[in-house]
Amino acid sequence: MTASSGTIDRSLQIRGLTKEYKRGVPVLKGIDLDIAGVGITAIIGPSGTGKSTLIRCINGLVQPTDGKILFQGQDLAQLKGPELRAARRKIGMVFQEYNLVERLTVMENLLTGRLGYMSAFKAWLRKFPQADIDEAYNLLDTVGLAAFANQRADSLSGGQRQRVGIARAVMQHPEILLADEPTSSLDPKTSVEIMELMADLAAKRNIPVVVNIHNVVLAKRFCGRMIGMTEGRVVFDGGPGQLTDAKLNEIYGGENWIE
Amino acid sequence: MNTTAITANRNPFPAHWPSRLGVLALVAYVIWAAAQLDFTWSRFVSGLGNAERFLTRMFPPNFEGDKWEMIVKGLTESLEIAVIATAIGIAISLPVGLMAARNLSPAWISWPARMLIALCRSFHPVIVAIIFVKAVGFGAIAGIGALVVGSLGFISKLFAEAIEEISLKQVEAVRASGASFANVLTYGVLPQVFGRFLGFCTYQLDSNLRNSTMVGIVGAGGVGGTLFAAFQRFDYDFVLAILIAIITLIFIGEILSNVLRAVFLDNKNLSAWFGKGQSSKIIARRGEEE
Repeated sequence: MTASSGTIDRSLQIRGLTKEYKRGVPVLKGIDLDIAGVGITAIIGPSGTGKSTLIRCINGLVQPTDGKILFQGQDLAQLKGPELRAARRKIGMVFQEYNLVERLTVMENLLTGRLGYMSAFKAWLRKFPQADIDEAYNLLDTVGLAAFANQRADSLSGGQRQRVGIARAVMQHPEILLADEPTSSLDPKTSVEIMELMADLAAKRNIPVVVNIHNVVLAKRFCGRMIGMTEGRVVFDGGPGQLTDAKLNEIYGGENWIE
Repeated sequence: MNTTAITANRNPFPAHWPSRLGVLALVAYVIWAAAQLDFTWSRFVSGLGNAERFLTRMFPPNFEGDKWEMIVKGLTESLEIAVIATAIGIAISLPVGLMAARNLSPAWISWPARMLIALCRSFHPVIVAIIFVKAVGFGAIAGIGALVVGSLGFISKLFAEAIEEISLKQVEAVRASGASFANVLTYGVLPQVFGRFLGFCTYQLDSNLRNSTMVGIVGAGGVGGTLFAAFQRFDYDFVLAILIAIITLIFIGEILSNVLRAVFLDNKNLSAWFGKGQSSKIIARRGEEE
């Protein structure tokens, strides 16, 4: 690790990233991106343009076809097996449909964030270190769900589930946080609250965030940098102020939808 | 608006002649097959005389003295066969079912597992029991072997199907945390299928109880042997006593499995019942022991 003056470099470099699910039909067509080790980066673009694929390539849920993903001196695209799992421990992820394990309790879902450090036997018996359990309770307090620790995840509302989803990702002590359309299944008010919570937790822990998001207004409000993608390529990269209607047109195509 | 589109009485549900012909063919075959087998009302009525003699000799049921002892001994052995066979069957079905699930296992693992399951399901327990009696000799061990094979076929097939229907989103989230494959199974997969798995197991225990009273007919232990011998000796009052005892045992088993299901499945919040820190996994093992 490149530790200098006490802080670890949390930046991410993507070089020539390509992904083909079907041979000859690339979803990502050579993405080059440098993501700084601080702040929130939004990725916007039409559905089916490869945003989710890009995010999933970073933590290896999707195996890239070609290209490099450099993070803390490792090429994540090349990792397999135990090395990949070790790298995933440092990468938190928040999902569009929360992806909580419905029949586990809220506490068990939170502690899932620590599974990468648990032997199979201890995990089976729920013998988590007390420090992890204390942290989970504190985090539940922070996200306002302290009273729900022993409830099953499927008894929660959408907003509550996403809070658990974020807390689960933070439990990993991530060096980077990925969020795949974290607010797309939520109402407008809850969406803002969820983005606030995520921004707040990430800022306090110095975690850089990469978030796929459909709501451009919400993205402009919370994200210091916007990346626009169309058909597997980056077509815009700049601050929220630079994202004009003309640029949005270029990203999404058409113009009738812009007020 | 545009009304010119409605030009005719369009029918969204047109007649489907292939399925109508199929139903007709089925009815015709049933009638033809019944004629082949002399499956007629007059044949049934002429047989009723037998039934009357048979029934009158059955009453009252004979529970006296050594008969009662034979029933208790036979039923105890049947119960033991059923419980042991279910326990072993469950233990083997867990890994086999997992290996057979095509969404988690690669083809080179799932195909052999699926073939093993298909093989186990090919034969009725009585046929398997006969094979075991020939292979290991008369007695309970043959019955246990036969019922283990049956349990393996049933539980692992349904378990594999349950796993194939899980939400992979939940699994993906657990994988994303860097969890090992074993931990993904215990946290991402098992919670999703545990309830149904428990259901299969209690059903199989039920089914094994019934089958364990039957494998004795071919000499594989349990009360079935006693029952068969009573039939052979025309001891119909003893037959009725054994049947009543078997019914009672099955009823008790049914009630027990209902209690199990009520405790473990219908109760939504398990942790509220078992206090903090208890895991569904620990409860899982309790459930299997009972």
